[in-house]
Amino acid sequence: MKVLVAVKRVVDYNVKIRVNSDQTAVETANVKMSMNPFDEIAVEEGIRLKEAGTASELIAFSVGPKQSQETIRTALAMGADRGILVETDIMVEPLAVAKCLKAIVEKENPDLVIVGKQAIDDDSNQTGQMLAALLGWSQGTFASNLILSDGSIKVTREVDGGLETVDLKMPAVVTTDLRLNEPRYASLPNIMKAKKKTIDVTNPEELGIDISPRLTVLKVEEPAKRLAGVMVEDVVQLVDKLRNEAKVI
Amino acid sequence: MSVLVIAEHDNAELKPATLNTVAAAAQLGDVDILVAGENCNAVANTAAKIAGVGRVLKADASALKTGLAENVAPLIVQLSSGYSHILAPATTNGKNIMPRVAALLDVAQISEITSVVSADTFVRPIYAGNAMATVQSSDAIKIITVRTTGFDAAPAEGGSAALEDVSNITDAALSSFAGQELTVSERPELTSAKVIISGGRGMQSGENFPMLEEIADKLGAAVGASRAAVDAGFVPNDYQVGQTGKVVAPDLYIAVGISGAIQHLAGMKDSKVIVAINKDEEAPIFQVADYGLVADLFEAVPDLSAELNK
Repeated sequence: MKVLVAVKRVVDYNVKIRVNSDQTAVETANVKMSMNPFDEIAVEEGIRLKEAGTASELIAFSVGPKQSQETIRTALAMGADRGILVETDIMVEPLAVAKCLKAIVEKENPDLVIVGKQAIDDDSNQTGQMLAALLGWSQGTFASNLILSDGSIKVTREVDGGLETVDLKMPAVVTTDLRLNEPRYASLPNIMKAKKKTIDVTNPEELGIDISPRLTVLKVEEPAKRLAGVMVEDVVQLVDKLRNEAKVI
Repeated sequence: MSVLVIAEHDNAELKPATLNTVAAAAQLGDVDILVAGENCNAVANTAAKIAGVGRVLKADASALKTGLAENVAPLIVQLSSGYSHILAPATTNGKNIMPRVAALLDVAQISEITSVVSADTFVRPIYAGNAMATVQSSDAIKIITVRTTGFDAAPAEGGSAALEDVSNITDAALSSFAGQELTVSERPELTSAKVIISGGRGMQSGENFPMLEEIADKLGAAVGASRAAVDAGFVPNDYQVGQTGKVVAPDLYIAVGISGAIQHLAGMKDSKVIVAINKDEEAPIFQVADYGLVADLFEAVPDLSAELNK
């Protein structure tokens, strides 16, 4: 069984982001970039399926600028076998990513595609569901556990009320939630080995896909700041303030 | 323009998130509601009473019982002609189903809007709410999920919408429901609670959460948690408040033993009043708190409980 995982290059989750001076975007120049944390979980799950003997090959996919090769390289160092980059400098929206993924899925014929449930930059939470729709596949979103059996996959999902389990007919798309696994760090020998693994580079034109954005970003602003609060001495003072000043209890 | 709102429900009750979504939809045009489920008559009747709703479309079939996206999305697509916008609350259901609808219609989805600027322009948070993007859609039909904290609830009473049955429901036979483990609680739901008390890594163990529950019961509050507390197994996943968990905006949010990572702040910083109790005076949570108390929570929380009795 072949497994495809998608990874996105995003501003590192520890970076305190800044809106640029002309309020058109978040500043990404000279900012540390990393693999989207939910995608790391997707890569880890793919590697575990390989280690369990369930998956025979693990392909890491990305859409983005040339530098996205570094993100794919990270996935290869973690344990993916080879990479595919759909290179573009356009800021791609989830629908465009899903279309690129669909084209690659049709070439590679994986039985399972695992993607992060959302990217921590645009917080869209769309790509996996859109890919499943375009392929006519089943979808298991916000997964915290996967059990594969012949031709089907049992996915435990983190939902608002707790946990829900669904049985999906394969092939399927799964999107990862935080508790699915704890991603490994790439070891130095594996980082060296990853340099020899191949990354095929293509582009949306070659795939015949129109990736033009459907949304125009008119403005990006900082959110309203909260006014500084006060420190209280003890619980008595706290309860007094909540009752008589804020009047919330 | 007509707008279709996808009702959030469990076949027995209409969830409050629907009301906030109707409020967002009402800024865009005439509102219809789709109730897709099985034996969901009571829900449809409740939805018909929401002020300002024109029609309630009831799709009642076993294939829709558990809200499988593979079955619900084609139904919404089938109903989409004639609507300029389709909105669902940004619950796990809405997030699961709506992108599937958008892709089937070959349009973008606009996720988690917090305000409506015009019929094609919306504001939505990006980067865990550390930036707000105003985006304009060029698509013929707008598929939107609504961050419920951005909109006051529409009145639940006062309407008298017409009920219509929807037929032609098919089972895509791609997926099936296999079970659930829902957290049972007498307390209010996190996303609609007026008061929330949340615990973080500082709670040290799930066995210490009853301390917070005791206070929750005195305040009629819901209990939440930071990602650290959920990852450590103190409490179930549905307690998580944050960028990738639940986004809440109660009148009062009490953060206990929570340091205040940006991912957590993203889920609660729009609360009206924030209280932080933490023994580390450098904890970032104090930067967003209206009232901060530097104290050992294992002393402060029992004291708080006692003080609330007075």
